[in-house]
Amino acid sequence: MAPILDVKKLRMDFGGLRAVNDVDLYINEGEIVALIGPNGAGKTTFFNCITGVTKPTAGDVMITPPSSGKTERINGLKPNTITERGLARTFQNIRLFQNMTVLENVMIGRHPRMKAGVLGAILRDPRTKAEEKQVIEDSYEILKKLNLEMFVNELAKNLPYGAQRRLEIARAMATEPFLLLLDEPAAGMNPQETRELDDTIVRIRDTEGITILLIEHDMSLVMSLSERIYVVDYGKLIATGVPEDIKSNPEVIKAYLGEEINA
Amino acid sequence: MNSTYFIELFLGGLTRGSIYALIALGYTMVYGIIQLINFAHGEIYMIGAFTALIVSGALAFTGLDPVLIFLIAAVVAVVWSASYGITMEKIAYKPLRKAPRLSALISAIGMSMFLQNYVLLAQTSDFQPFPELIPDLAFLDPVSNIMNTTQFIILVTTAVVMILFTLLIRYTRIGKAMRATAQDKIMAQLVGINVNRVIMFTFLIGSSTAAIGGVLISSHVGQINFYIGFIAGIKAFVAAVLGGIGSIPGAVLGSFVLGLTESFGTGYISSDYEDVFAFAFLIIILIFRPSGLLGKPTKKKV
Repeated sequence: MAPILDVKKLRMDFGGLRAVNDVDLYINEGEIVALIGPNGAGKTTFFNCITGVTKPTAGDVMITPPSSGKTERINGLKPNTITERGLARTFQNIRLFQNMTVLENVMIGRHPRMKAGVLGAILRDPRTKAEEKQVIEDSYEILKKLNLEMFVNELAKNLPYGAQRRLEIARAMATEPFLLLLDEPAAGMNPQETRELDDTIVRIRDTEGITILLIEHDMSLVMSLSERIYVVDYGKLIATGVPEDIKSNPEVIKAYLGEEINA
Repeated sequence: MNSTYFIELFLGGLTRGSIYALIALGYTMVYGIIQLINFAHGEIYMIGAFTALIVSGALAFTGLDPVLIFLIAAVVAVVWSASYGITMEKIAYKPLRKAPRLSALISAIGMSMFLQNYVLLAQTSDFQPFPELIPDLAFLDPVSNIMNTTQFIILVTTAVVMILFTLLIRYTRIGKAMRATAQDKIMAQLVGINVNRVIMFTFLIGSSTAAIGGVLISSHVGQINFYIGFIAGIKAFVAAVLGGIGSIPGAVLGSFVLGLTESFGTGYISSDYEDVFAFAFLIIILIFRPSGLLGKPTKKKV
């Protein structure tokens, strides 16, 4: 079985700056993989390239959705097309639709999976109505899975911080991804919320069968959660392996703590 | 003070406000979604009026019922104007999506000039009479001294359009997609929304409501020329800014405030200063509320 995401020699230049420098990365179905590195290492840019927010300068982004098993190159496709293919993501700063309700935020995630057009909305034929009802039910189910059902009709902006973060994940899940990319999901969370997040992510993988790639700075979360880790620094991949190896890898320690000076 | 005169002015103000609102919707929606002041929007309204004129002229010899002719003319005008709106977006704005906002603005002004002059060449600069197609409604006879039939139809149609529009934005899938796109374009794409389709639809709806306004006002005033779109467009733009550009309820509120101000201003002070009231009022409002009546104060991201 081919890896569901296979990135080869991905490169992203911004003018003279090489933000991502020939990075290789693959993910198999059902894995939880972490992408770590110091600030400014190019992690978010890497996510942007994969999800179509920016077009990579060079390299290949190949996906093989488990449902179809067909491999496809997705460089340069529009973000909405990539979402339709089954990749979903969150951002490190919260980007909810602040003036919509919690339910609407999730419902809008169902958008690519809906068929009814404008005509259906005007005519209100039975098919459209049934679909709308289904969408509301599905969205509510997703909210339940993330313990958000008590906020269902609140505006997104009025939610507590931790709940807003969970809602971001709920909205991403609504698009029915096979791969979920989480950009610093624990940023700004307290230790209690982080532990809960740990459980939530494992549960999403185990019960929903969604593979996870996450960027994270919280090392305890990364070490407990991920099965494999990729480490980038200055846009280059400097190490990859299981958590135990990464912890003791001198390159990684150097990147995080700086080089030892030999007097 | 004469109360009949007051009511007359009030209804006149509401009528003006309705027309402004139908146009201002397009301005504010387009601004909300792509942050562009579509200066050619008034021309769409004018094209709607001319399309209705041409169609009703062509149908006049068929002997159809005038009301039916009016309805057919209105539907054709809406469809035709909507196709103008969509084409305009494709030709003049879409290629400039990533360009600085000023470039798109200049493109909009160019589009406005182009459409005005094209209609000028095709239809001459003379005012053309718009046929009277709507028979007087009998139940309005007792109040005919303060409100005539076309005014009544303008008010009712505008109310219906506003209600449908609100339902569309609030409850339908495309309405949600529009709101999402207005709030965060990148994120909207990342939940699978085709932003280009949403923008196209925005132009379609905006142009349709403007065309409805164009048809209604032509049958009310009874004559049109190539220049009506310019002045109505500017006024509707003022109304949209007054209410807070980007805000849909704001555009409607701004339109009625502007319509009433103009109506009472001309009625009680002088009709020579008709346009002065609109702009004087705009300046005063913007001094005290720079983001408009219902606009949100702009937050700068640091």
